[in-house]
Amino acid sequence: MTGIVALYIFMLAAFTGYEVIAKVPVILHTPLMSGSNFVHGIVLVGAMVALGNSHTLLEKVIGAIGVFMAAGNAAGGYVVTERMLEMFKSSGTKKRGAH
Amino acid sequence: MSAAAANLLIQASYFVTAFLFIMGLKRMSSPVTARSGIVWAGAGMLVATLFTFLYPGLGNYGWILPAIILGTALAWISGRRVAMTDMPQMIALYNGFGGGAAAAIAAVELYRGEAMSPTMGALAVIGGLIGAVSFSGSLVAFGKLQGLIKKSWRFGGQQLLNVLILLAALLVGTFVATGHAADPLHISLFFVLALLFGVSMTLPIGGADMPVVISMYNAFTGLAVAFEGFVMQNAAMIIAGTVVGSAGTLLTQLMARAMNRSLGNGLFSGFGDTGGSASEGAGVSGSMKPIEAADVGVMMAFAQKVIVVPGYGMAVAQAQHKVWELCQLLIDRGVLVRFAIHPVAGRMPGHMNVLLAEAGVPYDLIADLDEINAEFETADVALIIGANDVVNPVARTDKSSPIYGMPILNADKAKNVIVIKRGQGAGFSGIENALFYLDNTRMLYGDGQAAASQLIQAVKAV
Repeated sequence: MTGIVALYIFMLAAFTGYEVIAKVPVILHTPLMSGSNFVHGIVLVGAMVALGNSHTLLEKVIGAIGVFMAAGNAAGGYVVTERMLEMFKSSGTKKRGAH
Repeated sequence: MSAAAANLLIQASYFVTAFLFIMGLKRMSSPVTARSGIVWAGAGMLVATLFTFLYPGLGNYGWILPAIILGTALAWISGRRVAMTDMPQMIALYNGFGGGAAAAIAAVELYRGEAMSPTMGALAVIGGLIGAVSFSGSLVAFGKLQGLIKKSWRFGGQQLLNVLILLAALLVGTFVATGHAADPLHISLFFVLALLFGVSMTLPIGGADMPVVISMYNAFTGLAVAFEGFVMQNAAMIIAGTVVGSAGTLLTQLMARAMNRSLGNGLFSGFGDTGGSASEGAGVSGSMKPIEAADVGVMMAFAQKVIVVPGYGMAVAQAQHKVWELCQLLIDRGVLVRFAIHPVAGRMPGHMNVLLAEAGVPYDLIADLDEINAEFETADVALIIGANDVVNPVARTDKSSPIYGMPILNADKAKNVIVIKRGQGAGFSGIENALFYLDNTRMLYGDGQAAASQLIQAVKAV
């Protein structure tokens, strides 16, 4: 990947992120923030590669902390987002819960 | 499998992942499709993670697997257990982890000390700086919302100190990036300064402004991931990180606007410093007039339209289930019921919607400020439960008030206003609420949940 191609990707992805979110209603702000929080959990793949190519003990320890935190970001982000969105039902589809 | 074939497979899987992420986020931005959106994004994450194991020359599986399993398990369990009211700080915590991971990647690459081009070195350093700030800042935000850090540390010259720490981090970072001082000592110093900056920048910020800060750190982490993606030559990280970086920035602006905060003057100047002294001047006259639950029950049962205005106090009292039960009774009697949500009704924009959804309230009964404000004039009853500042008409009229200019719900325009309130104290910001003293307002004193139960009995008795 040459530098200029990477720059193009950067620019196009920035516009994409903006456009995808632009018309979101306020009611979804919190779940969407949580959802985008999950998406940057992709840092996990970078942390895996960084740790997988480590040689010294120091690198391995820091790399393992990185993988640990990245996995936490991804898993935690998924669970809380899913829990929040699960509850969004319209009156057409709702099931009366037995509270 | 040959290295070339493996690389092709990995690139293809990242392509699929990028597609699934973007589609997932798109679907998450509408309530109808939101539920499936996170599943799409989750599938993308799974694909990318599995195919990454094919990386040619990838070793240290004995380190990678336990770290993944441990991180996933701990986060999964904590995420399952956390109460909906505590959601904002959990998001902060997980977000901080992401930033920390980006910083860790930068640290590994820098400590390794293989000749990096100055460009790559600079990208690693910038990503590391942003990631480390997001990490320590998010942890402070978590600590504040969780109640672990109670004080807002403020002192004279604090902003100057913050700027100095940032400049020092940038200076050392420049030496590291250009290879002039890419030794472990300077690299470590760089990360310590970056972490310190995240802490010192976040400590003075008040709890009410934390949501905006958390959202900003979310965007930060996205950017840090994108920068480290450049360093790792990893397209999935560049695309996902950048998408989150720009979406997160927009989301932060939307939140700041919804909460009537300006981001520009926010970050370095007394964010959350509402300076409670100005509240004294507000000319509030009259008296609060109490009412009995039975009377409110009759009033609502024979109303045509009731608008419920919930606030965070309702969630603290865990009254949302009772309130919804009450509303169902009213709906069965043919009363038109709507919920009016102020952007800061919960702890962050949209949080109250989540809490109501948890209680089973369908989202099409819930309206936000712009939709509902014109409807108060035709409402027979506005039922305020646990909300205070967001319905204070002073925000429209009194220029000396700290909340002047904040968009509010026009509950005072309803024919009757019923306020369920624990006692006679002022709100979160310590400002007297003129609404409570209006002629058409009656106070129903009591705990939110108990009051809602009484109202249910009262309506049933009608």
